[in-house]
Amino acid sequence: MLTGPTPAAVTDGAFGDFVSQAAASGHLVVQPRMGFSDPERMRAGLRAVRTAPAVTVGTLTLDSYTRVGDHRAARDALAAGTDLNGYPLVAHDPATTRAVLRDVHGPDFPVQVRHGSADPRRIFTALLDVGLHSTEGGPVSYCLPYGRTPLRESVRNWTESCHTLAAAAGRGPEPHLETFGGCLMGQLCPPGLLVAMSVLEALFFRAHGLRSVSLSYAQQTDTDQDVAAVRALRRLAEEYLPDLQWHVVVYTYMGVYPRSVPGATRLLELAAEMAVRAGAARLIVKTAAEAHRIPTVQENVTALRAAAAAADRTRPDVGTRRPADAPTGHGGPDDLLSQVYREASTLIEATLALDSDIGRALLSAFARGHLDVPYCLHPDNAGRSATFIDERGRLRWARTGNMPIPADLACPRPLTASDLMNALSHVERRCDAGHTPTTRVEVER
Amino acid sequence: MGNHDATAAPVTARLNIVISGVSSDAHTWNLVFLQLLLQEWGHQVTNLGPCVPEALLVDECARATPHLVVVSSVNGHGFHDGLRLIGALRQRTDTTRLPVVIGGKLGVTGEQGAADRVATLLAAGYDAVFGDDVVGVAGEDVDPFAETLRTFRSFVDSLPAAVTC
Repeated sequence: MLTGPTPAAVTDGAFGDFVSQAAASGHLVVQPRMGFSDPERMRAGLRAVRTAPAVTVGTLTLDSYTRVGDHRAARDALAAGTDLNGYPLVAHDPATTRAVLRDVHGPDFPVQVRHGSADPRRIFTALLDVGLHSTEGGPVSYCLPYGRTPLRESVRNWTESCHTLAAAAGRGPEPHLETFGGCLMGQLCPPGLLVAMSVLEALFFRAHGLRSVSLSYAQQTDTDQDVAAVRALRRLAEEYLPDLQWHVVVYTYMGVYPRSVPGATRLLELAAEMAVRAGAARLIVKTAAEAHRIPTVQENVTALRAAAAAADRTRPDVGTRRPADAPTGHGGPDDLLSQVYREASTLIEATLALDSDIGRALLSAFARGHLDVPYCLHPDNAGRSATFIDERGRLRWARTGNMPIPADLACPRPLTASDLMNALSHVERRCDAGHTPTTRVEVER
Repeated sequence: MGNHDATAAPVTARLNIVISGVSSDAHTWNLVFLQLLLQEWGHQVTNLGPCVPEALLVDECARATPHLVVVSSVNGHGFHDGLRLIGALRQRTDTTRLPVVIGGKLGVTGEQGAADRVATLLAAGYDAVFGDDVVGVAGEDVDPFAETLRTFRSFVDSLPAAVTC
C-alpha cells in the first residue's frame, strides 16, 4: 500500500490545452492503454509514461468489474489480493488514488480515465473526486459493441454522466471527453460510419455541456483510406463543432494484432505516420505484446518511444490538395476524402433530422436502421449491414441495409465464414508477412 | 433478436440453432463466425450475442424450442460461466434433453487442465465440448482449428431435425 498522510486532491492540467499546445509545437501526443489493480504498480506505470522520451499523457485503464458496475467484486478481489485487468477506480479509496497521482499528474502530465462502460455515472463521480477531469467513451460506442445494456439506458446514463463532468467546469481545469465512436467493433467498419459516429457522439457531449472534446478514429486496413478518414473527420469537426475546443485522436489498430515483433512494430509506426499525415493530434499506442497478453510498463514505454520516433520522421500532408504530379483520378486521395466526407455527413444529417434532441435522434436512427454497425449483434442494432476488404486492401460496404448510403457494387459475393476469418486477419497477415510469428513475446522489463 | 442476417438463411433450414455467448464474455467475432458457418451448412440461426445472462438463454430455449444450442466463449471464463449455464438448462424439464455444446477458449491456462475441464463440462450435461485449448489430440501435422471444425460439423450433421426438447 501507498502510505503517508491523506493527500488532498491535486488537480491536473486541462487535457485539451495540453494536446493543443503540443500540436502547436509540432508534436504528436502519444498515450498508452494501461491499468493495474495494485496502486504501487499503477503509480510506477504512470511515472514511467511521464518520463518516457516522448510527449505523453497518462492513462488509468479501469478493470472489467468496474466497467460493468460490479464494484463489490472489485473490492473482493482487492481484499483477496487478486490481480484485476485494470485499475478499480471506484473500489479503491479516493485517498489511495490521490496518492497514486500525487506529483505525477499535473499541468504537464494530464491523466485520462479509460473504462468501456455503458453506465459510467459512478466512474465520472470518482474521477472528479480524485482531481481528474478527462475520460472517454460514448452512449453508442460503449453500449452496442460490449453487451446487452439497452441503448435507451446507455443514452440516459451518458446524459447524466456528461452533466456531472460538465458541471466541474469552473472549479478547475476544463473537463475533457473523448468519443469512442471512431472504433465501434474494432475492425471491419468502413470509415464513413466511424467518422459519423465520432461526430455524433461529440455532438451529444456538446449538447450536454462539454466544451472540450476529442474525436477518435481507429486505424483500419489501408493507410490512404485512413488519412482520408481523419481529414474528413477534421473537416466535419470544424463544421459541426466550431464553438468547442477539439482535436482528433487516432487509435492504433484495434483488431486481430500481428504476432511477430517486427509486424506489430510496423503497424504501430503506420498508425503514427497516418496520424501525422492526416493532422491528428494524439495517438493511442499498442505494444508488441498485444497479440499475446497484457503488456508490461516497459513494453508500453518502448511503444511510446517507437510511435513518437515514427511521428517525428513524418511530415504532415499540407492542405487537402495533392502535388500536381501526384496521380489523380478514381481512387486517389481526393476521391477517398470526398467519399468518406460524403458518406459521414449523409449519416450525420439523416440522424440529426430525426429529432432535435441528439439522444432521441440516435435512438431513432438505430431503431430505423439509419445507423447500422456491421457485425454488431446488440438487440438494438439492425444488423443488416456487411462489409468486405477490396483488392486494394480498403474497407467497403457489401450491404448497407437501411442506411441512407449506397453499397459498393463491386462486392464479389456474400461474405462466407471463411471470408470473415480472412478479413479479420488481413492486417495481421500483411504485417507479419516475411516475419516469424512468435508464439510468445519475451517479457521486457 | 437474431436479426443479424450476414447471409440470408435458406428457405428450408435443416435445424433451428441458437448461438450464445456466456454472461461475462463481451467478445462477438467468434459468434459472428459461427453464425455464418452454420448458415452456410444450411441451418436457421438465432444469435443471442455476447454477455447473455443464463435466464435469457433458458427463456429463449423454452420459447423457440431450438434443435441445438451452441455456446461459445473466448475470454477464459467459459468454463465457469458454462457450468452455471448448463446447470440452469438441465434442471428444467423442457430443456433437460436439448442438445447443448460449448467451445472456444474456455479456461485461462491454455492446454493445462484442458482435459479435466472437458470431462467436467461433459459430466455437467454438455453433449460435446470443442475447446481451442484441447490440442495435441489430432497429431502434430493437423491444423487444430480445422480439426475442431470437422468434429463440430460431424456432430451437427448427426443431429436429427426432428429432435424435440
